[in-house]
Amino acid sequence: MKSAAKRAGLCIVTMLIVSFLAYAAFALISGDPAQTLLGTDATPERLEQMRHQLGLDQPFMVRYLKWLLGFFTGDLGISYSYRQTVWSLIAPKIEVTLCMALISFVVIVAISIPAGILAAQRSNGKSGLLSTGLIQLGMAVPPFFTGILVSWGCGIVMKWFTPGDFPGLHSAKAATALRHLFFAAVCIAIPRIAMTVRMLRSTVIGEMNRSYVRTAISRGNDRRGVFLRHVLKNSLVPTVTFLAQTMAEIVGGSIVVEQVFGIPGIGRLLVASISNRDYPVVQALVVIMAFWVVLAGTAADLINQRIDPRLRLGGGE
Amino acid sequence: MKRHTIFGRGALRALAAIGLAGALLLSGCGGAAQQGQADSGSGKTERQEANELTVGIAQDLDESLDPHYSVAAGTREIMFNVFEGLLKPTPDGQLAPAIAAEAPTVSEDGLTYTFKVRKGVKFHNGQEVTADDVVWSIERCWKPADADAPLVAGLAAVQEVEKVDDETVKITLSAPNNEFLACMTLAILPMDYADQATQPVGTGPYKFVSRVAQDNAVFERFEDYWGEPASIGKVTFKIMEKAESLVLGLQSGALDVVMHLSSTQTSQLSQDEFNIEQDTMKLVQALYLNNAEAPLNDVRVRQALCYAVDKQGVIDLAFDGYGSPLGSSMYPSFSKYFDESLVDYYPHDVAKAKELLKEAGYPDGFDLEITVPSNYQPHVDAATVIAEQLKEAGINATLKKVEWATWLDEVYSGRKFQATVIGLESKDMTARALLERFQSEKSGNFINYSNSEYDELYAQAIASGDDAEQTAIYKQMLQNLTENAANVYIQDLADLVAVRKGLTGLTFYPLYVLDISKLAWEQ
Repeated sequence: MKSAAKRAGLCIVTMLIVSFLAYAAFALISGDPAQTLLGTDATPERLEQMRHQLGLDQPFMVRYLKWLLGFFTGDLGISYSYRQTVWSLIAPKIEVTLCMALISFVVIVAISIPAGILAAQRSNGKSGLLSTGLIQLGMAVPPFFTGILVSWGCGIVMKWFTPGDFPGLHSAKAATALRHLFFAAVCIAIPRIAMTVRMLRSTVIGEMNRSYVRTAISRGNDRRGVFLRHVLKNSLVPTVTFLAQTMAEIVGGSIVVEQVFGIPGIGRLLVASISNRDYPVVQALVVIMAFWVVLAGTAADLINQRIDPRLRLGGGE
Repeated sequence: MKRHTIFGRGALRALAAIGLAGALLLSGCGGAAQQGQADSGSGKTERQEANELTVGIAQDLDESLDPHYSVAAGTREIMFNVFEGLLKPTPDGQLAPAIAAEAPTVSEDGLTYTFKVRKGVKFHNGQEVTADDVVWSIERCWKPADADAPLVAGLAAVQEVEKVDDETVKITLSAPNNEFLACMTLAILPMDYADQATQPVGTGPYKFVSRVAQDNAVFERFEDYWGEPASIGKVTFKIMEKAESLVLGLQSGALDVVMHLSSTQTSQLSQDEFNIEQDTMKLVQALYLNNAEAPLNDVRVRQALCYAVDKQGVIDLAFDGYGSPLGSSMYPSFSKYFDESLVDYYPHDVAKAKELLKEAGYPDGFDLEITVPSNYQPHVDAATVIAEQLKEAGINATLKKVEWATWLDEVYSGRKFQATVIGLESKDMTARALLERFQSEKSGNFINYSNSEYDELYAQAIASGDDAEQTAIYKQMLQNLTENAANVYIQDLADLVAVRKGLTGLTFYPLYVLDISKLAWEQ
């Protein structure tokens, strides 16, 4: 109970720091939202008025504290670029990105864990070279390029989905939408799969070479049992931590992939809001993403404590 | 050595089964996707059958859809289909009566314009357009509640707007003005309607239905349109920031029309599926120079830059030869003002450039920083080629790529720059829209051009009541910009439009607009 309170407190402090840094960053970089909204039509009077309307004529700390107060009372403010509440703007987009992130995560776990174990088993000879090559390739090719390749190959040539035609999750074509998200999710997943496989492979090989494994096998335990009961279990702790980190990174990876696949998610919105200097939207998204990262870390800790009870005592490795 | 085979055959088999199941799932899905697309029998797409259209656009709409306040050219481009003024631009650059029943009657002294409001014109909300709406809309732009100056600069000449009777509006000017009529294309809106910014209501052939931020905007044909009704029932604008995605969208069948493509992009499209139409962007792309900043405050240095840059070379190298070279702040589709002879006023001549630089005291050249907004690829491409060309003349040009918001802040408002590549457009069909910004004291004069002769000419042009005389003065102003090498003029960009086969009626205007009301699917 005590540790739960401690965790929640840590989470809030992290988000406070992140939100303040994001706010401060905008104060430092050039670009004025009023100017961006008015474009080349701006006259000094209209700029002044727009700044007043958006509350930009107030001092920095006042604006930040107002935002913070609003945030804790559930009011995320109004988007500068869309004249609607930030929540109504981002809620449907969070849904899309979350859906894509989950599909991506499932794909990563479903492929990388068996593949990682298999790669560890066959780390010598030709198959070892092959897996190393595939891992290098998977990590080196950026999702942007994979995205174009997949859109072209699976979309235009094979016609498995229609690039550029994302129907929306709540439309009559929800299945089409999910399929669209699946291909985008695969593009995000590929580099992460490669990294997870590499990580798992080296952990398993390292564990296999440890003396307790040799002792266990020489005492006549069967290999399979030793592997499943000891090696795998010990290799899972770093893997879960790594996957949690991946969960957080997927959301970052969605930024590029959403643009290529024309998916209306938070990644695209974040990019556009930063270039439009739409502070309220950026603030909300940054805090939500920070929350997501903290959440993934917490989930990893909890799962690891189940796998290895020693971690529960706060000592651990 | 025996391999550690922990996974027995069974496990491998299970893996293979999962893989196979996945493949089957995909191919099953694939079947469904294909069905969703083209009806192979008639060769028509689903949308064609439903008389619908999807257009890909590269930027989201403005925060406000209120036509009097929207800023982005991309927003005006498509909202052209929703709003109309008393007059409406035609494809050949004339003005045709729209909400006005006929061309206005003008008093002898050229000061009073009387408009008859067309009977039976309805707003998209069902209300009929009255003289009150017309007066309210014009006054809203002329004396806006939230600014001191008119929203449309040309309305400064207006002295009074009055309703004579229910179908007559009289506008009185303080001095004769030939360009006043061009301002009368400003949108007529229902009086006191408050939601114009989010749910716009106009009188155009299409009504606005909905928008989803960063995803789409939907228009539907307005059934009670006063004029010739549009053919296509529903038009969806899909927003995709990446040019690659727009091309993929065309190839996959998700999009039917995409404007503003580059020649590299159109070359990826199959000629069996698409017609590529060519127009110009109606932009003045130039290396704009900060005339107040040393060493660019010396006319010889600016002229040297003009000689050093080979505009045809820029067009050939960065734009595959598509583009119309320019010599001043005017593009060829404004044929009334365009002066062909200015295009080659500064032929490409590196020796001459070096000589001028020597004269100006820079025998070894100087450092020049070219700021470009990184979101506009054509400007980045042009700047890259220009920087290389300038090196030949000994000018050490470097590129500084900035975000659009930074460009507006630093270059446009702050005027803290040396040179920048950008395209300037005209909002209405007047030369004034392109030329007024270069007056010494104008707030939009981001290049700090200061030339008393130019200011004087501008005052004369505005005051002139004679069209021929006014045109001549505008041409002199263009000449003035060229002679003083205000900027290094490059080109009016080519505008390539991909249109799916079977779609007809694409019409170009001398303005940056897409008229969807004339598009139709072949039967």
